[in-house]
Amino acid sequence: MKSGRFWAWVVFALGAAYFFIPLIATVEFSMRMRRGAYSFDAYQIVLGDERFQATFMYSVVAAIFTIILGVLIVVPAAYWIRLRLPQIRPVVEFITLLPLVIPAIVIVFGYIRMYGSNSPLPFLASDTGTNALLVIGYATLALPYMYRAVDTGLRTIDVRTLTEAAQILGAGWGTIITRVILPNVLIAVLSGAFLTFAIVIGEFTMASLLNRPAFGPYLQNIGANRAYEPAALAIIAFAITWGCMSLIQILSRFAPKSANRPN
Amino acid sequence: MTDLSLSNQAIAGKTAPPAEARRLRLPTQWLGVTPFFVFAIMFLILPTLYLMLGAFQNDAGEFTFENIAALAQPSIVAAYWISIKVSLASALIGAFAGLAIAIAIVRGGLPDWIRSATLTFSGVASNFAGVPLAFAFLATLGRLGLATVILNTVFGLNIYAHGFNILSFWGLTLTYVYFQIPLMVVIITPAIDGLKKEWGEAAATLGATTAQYWRMVVIPVIWPSFLGTVILLFANAFGAIATAYALTGSSLNIVPILLYAQIRGDVLHNAHLGYAIAFGMIVITGLANVFYIWFRTRSERWLK
Repeated sequence: MKSGRFWAWVVFALGAAYFFIPLIATVEFSMRMRRGAYSFDAYQIVLGDERFQATFMYSVVAAIFTIILGVLIVVPAAYWIRLRLPQIRPVVEFITLLPLVIPAIVIVFGYIRMYGSNSPLPFLASDTGTNALLVIGYATLALPYMYRAVDTGLRTIDVRTLTEAAQILGAGWGTIITRVILPNVLIAVLSGAFLTFAIVIGEFTMASLLNRPAFGPYLQNIGANRAYEPAALAIIAFAITWGCMSLIQILSRFAPKSANRPN
Repeated sequence: MTDLSLSNQAIAGKTAPPAEARRLRLPTQWLGVTPFFVFAIMFLILPTLYLMLGAFQNDAGEFTFENIAALAQPSIVAAYWISIKVSLASALIGAFAGLAIAIAIVRGGLPDWIRSATLTFSGVASNFAGVPLAFAFLATLGRLGLATVILNTVFGLNIYAHGFNILSFWGLTLTYVYFQIPLMVVIITPAIDGLKKEWGEAAATLGATTAQYWRMVVIPVIWPSFLGTVILLFANAFGAIATAYALTGSSLNIVPILLYAQIRGDVLHNAHLGYAIAFGMIVITGLANVFYIWFRTRSERWLK
């Protein structure tokens, strides 16, 4: 297998080159703003830009609402299916896969036509409504990931026993979900939440078509009009994605602890 | 194909009747899943159906095939064609490169840290798409990008003089590959992990050479998940718009960009033609996913 190892190294080196050269090039490009010397000017300009701060905060808030909405929809459903309705699991799994089949641009196009100002449910008639529709759209994009994360988390605990124990102690459904089930799948929910955050924070299509002042359209706008700032923004965006994924990895180390307590 | 459709029918048969029976007996049974279904129907299924029906209606609301027929005009066909080419090329390149990397890290005898580092990085890179990815490739292979400049000054190779352009089919494909390869690595690595050691030993006991083991055991087992993932990568690239839009503006007319322009400003001067374009996209990604599910069902037989 000597030659096998050699080829493995070759493949790995080629892959590493393809993936690291753009990153290195982007870092280098982002520091070229000052003539003749490397500097962090582009980062300073970007981070100091009021529109950067405003759009970034907007997207952070949208991501938080998306996560809350996603949890509210997914956790009860996934729990209920495990507890009472295992027979509808294929249907639900199919629905959660739909956002991977229907492109985001088609979903938002449907929203624009269905929930316009003259429709029975005029989401688009007000700013608040449009913001809500954006969060709803993001929640559909995140649905496949959120559902899978929560369902995997539920698999590791004994839902039925926990529920029965809580019922014997006199807990109602609200108490069971918030104080028994949710703490047990918290790690899984948080993994789903960080993945949602990574997807939502720079999302362009939906925010742009709904005319929301989000981070994604801002990025696109800077890309069309500036030279060095986009590279700095790309590095910042990569760092954010990296941060979210690292948090998921760190969390997953804690996950088995709660899983190994089936009592 | 037959046994799959049979099992689907079996599932459908199992789910439907008890659901009916229980709804009559105890409606609270459905309480926990109600928010999910209301949400899915209102914000996922109905908007999509609305567009699909709209594709078969004219302005007066009458049924017609005119919109679908109008898709045949050259500019729209060209948009679909370039979208399919970019998606297919990036899916195939991403799939083979990703498979090679996955095999290298699982079976290549590389140190353990390389495997975990590659998987971590793949998780990040597969989610690093959209506008920032376009920026990264402009900084690399744009006219003033680092790779372009180094190739020109150090190796004397002016790629732009040789016809390369980041705002082109190959430019876009090369950019998409950046999230396609990691996605392949993430999905296919468990499949390669699933190849049991005993199969290799059994093959060796029966006197198989390494080449025979690969040809007659490994490839047939991995094949369905590989093909399935290719299709998933295809659908993934087909619906993507942000990267292409930030990279090329509207100079490369792929379908999502055409639809984007249509939604923004009715560039085709026919609202229902927009529905038809959306319908066409759903048909293509939908077909792709039907094949994906079929291949995945086949592969799970072996990898469980």
